[in-house]
Amino acid sequence: MLILNHLWIIPLLPLLGAAINGLSGLFGAKWPNKAVTAVAIGSTGLSFLAALECVREFLNLPAAQQALPWVKQYFTWIAAGTFRAGFDLQIDHLTIVMLLVVTGVGWLIHIYATGYMSHEGGYYRFFSYLNLFMFFMLILVMAANYVLLFVGWEGVGLASYLLIGFYFLKKSASDAGKKAFIVNRIGDFGFMLGMFLLFRTFGSLDFVTVFDKTRELPADALGQFGILTISCLLLFMGATGKSAQLPLYVWLPDAMEGPTPVSALIHAATMVTAGVYVVARSHILFTHAPTAMLVVASVGAATAFFAATIGLVQTDIKKILAYSTVSQLGYMFLACGVGAFSAGIFHLMTHAFFKALLFLAAGSVIHAMGGEQEVTRMGGLSGKIRWTYFTMLMGTLAIAGAPGFAGFFSKDAILFSAFQHAPGGRILYAVGLASALMTAFYMFRLIFLTFHGKPRFDEHHVHVHESPKSMLGPLVVLALLSIIGGWMAAPSFWGGTDHFTAFLAPVFGAEAAPEAATAAVSEAAEHSLELTLAGVAVATAFLGFFLAFWLYLRRPGVADQIAKSAKGAYTTLLNKYYVDELYAAVIIRPLVWISDNVLWRAVDASGIDGAVNGAAAGTTALGDRLRRAHSGNTRSYAVWVVIGALLILAVIFWPMLKPAAGMVP
Amino acid sequence: MPAGHLLSVLIFFPALGALALLILRGDDHVWIRRVALAVSLVEFALSLLLVPAVPVGSSAYHLEELRAWIASPPIHYHLGVDGISLFLVILTTFLTPISILASWKSIQHRVKEFFFMLLLLEVGVVGVFLSLDLFLFFLFWEVMLLPMYFLIGIWGHERRIYAAVKFVLYTMAGSILMLVAIVWLYTITGTFDLPTIQTMLQAGYVSLSPRAELLLFSAFFLAFAIKVPLFPLHTWLPDAHVEAPTAGSVILAGVLLKMGTYGMLRFCLPLFPAASRRAAPLVATLAIIGIIYGALVALVQPNLKKLVAYSSVSHLGFVVLGIFAFNNISLQGAVYQMLNHGISTGALFLLVGMLYDRRHTFEISDFGGLSTPMPRLAAFFLFVALSSLGLPMLNGFVGEYLILLGTSQASVKWAAWAALGVILSAGYLLWSYQRVFYGPVTHAKNKELPDLSAREQWILVTMAFVVLWMGIGSLDFTSRFAASCQNVLTQMERPQAQEAAAPKPAATVVDAVPAAASSTAPAAVVAPAIYHDTVIPGGVPANSAGTKSRNLSSAPTSSPARRNTPASPATPTSSERLGNR
Repeated sequence: MLILNHLWIIPLLPLLGAAINGLSGLFGAKWPNKAVTAVAIGSTGLSFLAALECVREFLNLPAAQQALPWVKQYFTWIAAGTFRAGFDLQIDHLTIVMLLVVTGVGWLIHIYATGYMSHEGGYYRFFSYLNLFMFFMLILVMAANYVLLFVGWEGVGLASYLLIGFYFLKKSASDAGKKAFIVNRIGDFGFMLGMFLLFRTFGSLDFVTVFDKTRELPADALGQFGILTISCLLLFMGATGKSAQLPLYVWLPDAMEGPTPVSALIHAATMVTAGVYVVARSHILFTHAPTAMLVVASVGAATAFFAATIGLVQTDIKKILAYSTVSQLGYMFLACGVGAFSAGIFHLMTHAFFKALLFLAAGSVIHAMGGEQEVTRMGGLSGKIRWTYFTMLMGTLAIAGAPGFAGFFSKDAILFSAFQHAPGGRILYAVGLASALMTAFYMFRLIFLTFHGKPRFDEHHVHVHESPKSMLGPLVVLALLSIIGGWMAAPSFWGGTDHFTAFLAPVFGAEAAPEAATAAVSEAAEHSLELTLAGVAVATAFLGFFLAFWLYLRRPGVADQIAKSAKGAYTTLLNKYYVDELYAAVIIRPLVWISDNVLWRAVDASGIDGAVNGAAAGTTALGDRLRRAHSGNTRSYAVWVVIGALLILAVIFWPMLKPAAGMVP
Repeated sequence: MPAGHLLSVLIFFPALGALALLILRGDDHVWIRRVALAVSLVEFALSLLLVPAVPVGSSAYHLEELRAWIASPPIHYHLGVDGISLFLVILTTFLTPISILASWKSIQHRVKEFFFMLLLLEVGVVGVFLSLDLFLFFLFWEVMLLPMYFLIGIWGHERRIYAAVKFVLYTMAGSILMLVAIVWLYTITGTFDLPTIQTMLQAGYVSLSPRAELLLFSAFFLAFAIKVPLFPLHTWLPDAHVEAPTAGSVILAGVLLKMGTYGMLRFCLPLFPAASRRAAPLVATLAIIGIIYGALVALVQPNLKKLVAYSSVSHLGFVVLGIFAFNNISLQGAVYQMLNHGISTGALFLLVGMLYDRRHTFEISDFGGLSTPMPRLAAFFLFVALSSLGLPMLNGFVGEYLILLGTSQASVKWAAWAALGVILSAGYLLWSYQRVFYGPVTHAKNKELPDLSAREQWILVTMAFVVLWMGIGSLDFTSRFAASCQNVLTQMERPQAQEAAAPKPAATVVDAVPAAASSTAPAAVVAPAIYHDTVIPGGVPANSAGTKSRNLSSAPTSSPARRNTPASPATPTSSERLGNR
């Protein structure tokens, strides 16, 4: 019970690492890279071990205790009136999955980064930020109330800002960091309002209290915008920011300005899935708000499709993966929106494995190519960097949904749930399937352009070399996880139990029950349906593979012809539907223009201050006029005296004059 | 604790220090600085003695001092401190030595006069926060004006005279109205004593007609709104801030603006509750406009110091909104945000001042890429900017969150509009940070700029420590002013039927109360267990009139006993889920 009673140890370790590296680098003598490495790897490694021990202790608890979240209250952070936000951490099965993904994958990426960043300046700064990220991410997944979750939520945003802008001498990098933070803040605006509404409704923001009270409430009807629906939509607004969904996804592709390990850790495996986590964590709220669920599913499906279309034509290896991430996150929301929360979390986990792998492998490619990121200037690398090629191929098979690989099981579970969903399920399924086709296509396109065919770069200039062991080790481990990571769900294909869903049952169980009940009616029929859908999915994935194979290996040149013949569509996709340009033209530039020319120069300087200074000038002018009256001229004084005397007389005798003048009061 | 004279000492010790400076030779800059620093540090240490004197859970005035000063009209020298004024005084005494240190090198002419004025300023500000007599309050309010005028006018930048005159005229315009209101209030109640007036109004011994109440409220409110400054009365602020020397800006932003919001809390709400409620929609609208407008104008400022100045308009909008949402949570948030703004914006002005010391410019376009030559200054700047934009675990978040949470309980619409400021603050701070610190160094002059000196570093470490402490240990602060905030709400309650109190002769009460007030001061300490008790200092049995109804939130969840109790089950409903099994 060491860790279970001291949950704070898990997040505190990376924080210590961040503080030691950051403060010593900034104020003390610069430590050698080895010392920095030891602190960074050590703190996250210990955190991973602590998490493992924590999981072991939790799973050793009696089943009845495991059914409820294990909450520890450490100290009250904010309290006012009836409001209390505590530094309260909790463990339940959902947290366990997130905890292991974050610390495990996070640790692997830390190790990889020691190799990748070894020749970069600001080594200490990088690892300090990376550890800081781990701290906030752990707070996010372990928080026992919305306020503390928000601490992690904003904190990972900060770490993301710092790491995207790590190469701060490049304007594009600092632009991208700033954009990520501000776009996330737009989502956070919704998240905060969602919290306020929840507090208004329930008088607390503790998960246990909110969810218990929600269970007693009647669910909103579909199309009804009750307080729960609005709260859920606002929370989801936060999720669209953090998890890069429509319409707030624009920051994620730009975030690729950060070093590649950052893209793998933050912008693929962990942080961007925080939105999915929040929706899954709040699943009781969401299941009480069917309208919000429909919105979540629709936005998820739309994003999955939309981002996949952009991914088709991108040529930057990291950008392809970035749009792929946006698309896969859409799948996770699609799953949550149709009530298949455990499928969503399952995909979150497998995606963490194979997308981290793909990014790290891409980093290895970039490393091998001396910084080149355009796949159009690569080709034929498979023989030169075999380990990278092999592992990346595993990741590609996993994401494309090749049978037996991790992505196959998780994507299949999502498509199956979508297909069965009552309102609009078939449409969601069709969109999801189309996205799967595109996913397989653009991923194999990436593989073929990068590793196959003839080299399209100057082999005399670029010395292609395999990466060091510190980078290849994590690749191999992640490749292994990408293969076997889905097998927990495998038995359901031959009629057994889905172990992953069973594991999360204490969290999602009660809510998943209705669907299970309807399904139980014809279990045999459902099973055959699942196999049919799986077959369709595999065929789709193969079609995508084949198309890529045909266009980029068999008939190179056909792709260019297609691009030329459909120039409008191609350039639209290449320019990402001009969404960034649209936002700039419709929101940012007008806002800045109005602030500058209207609010500041017109209203503030000329209007308000003009009036103030005008009043002052008027007073001065009046005083000046009055001063002139004091001319020293006796005659003019005499005139004023007479006028004054007459006025006084008029005032004194006015009451007597009044009746005479016939004035009626 | 015997009453003693701590409050008087706090007010007049800096004055003594200022006089001591006059003895020194004018060109002995070293000793002038040392004496000024020593005086301000002793003052700070003395102010910390206030903390134990204001117990957690007590809403009463403590360490009261009451002396007849002028017999006719009956003006008293009446001082007292409660949870709200406690930290504002400490903020003042904390920022003064910081400002003195910040001026160590940058003030090179008329050094003696400069520190003299700075200490005199402290007298006025501390006096304002501690006065419980309206006339005395007004006196200190005006005393504060003079040194600030000279600080801007003598040691300011190019347009200093314009800014100084503008500052004084703006404030005077408001304070004239306030003076009229104070005198009018005297003619109605026969006293200048704040607790007495409060008791008389609350118990119904004296009643104001709605029109009179609205006029009185407006006069007080305008004076305070100018000081805050509330949109559209804010245009003195950018000029004053930009032209003032760093120390002036720090004190101006740090504490002087808070005198306005403090006045609203201390006078407008408790004395004129009906008028406050009537005005609330308008005030809240102006506050929200201020939040958004201030942020948008800050966004496009080419001048870094002006940007910080406009961000103050935005931040203070939050405070005013929190005050006029009239609930316990938002009021605590407002008080917290006052302190936060003093620390965060104060630190931003310090940093901008350090940049000015090196480059003699505030123009953002003259900077660029500064984190290469000055990584430490850049790191501190980012830290403070993050605290200002409300990053959780830093101070700004706690205040903003409580204000928005409390406001949303009153009106979700207000909270939603105000929350837009949260997006915009990230916009203007990060954008300016990028232009100043990121990218390659574009001006040759900026290549060789020295990083922080030891003195600067210690100033910033101190500020950063407070930022962190207030961000994580907010209960150390809020627990001491929670009861006073609740008390403001309680004071806003009025008996339903004015006649209920009518039989008692008002005239005798007027004379009797000041004496009673002094005697109850030590006795008014409330048992700490009762968190939200409401004892009205004044000794009149006024709380019989059904005052304990609205907004009284004495739920067990907010009890201070809840701190650091991982082992004890929290609430009956969730106790079985806690981990201690």
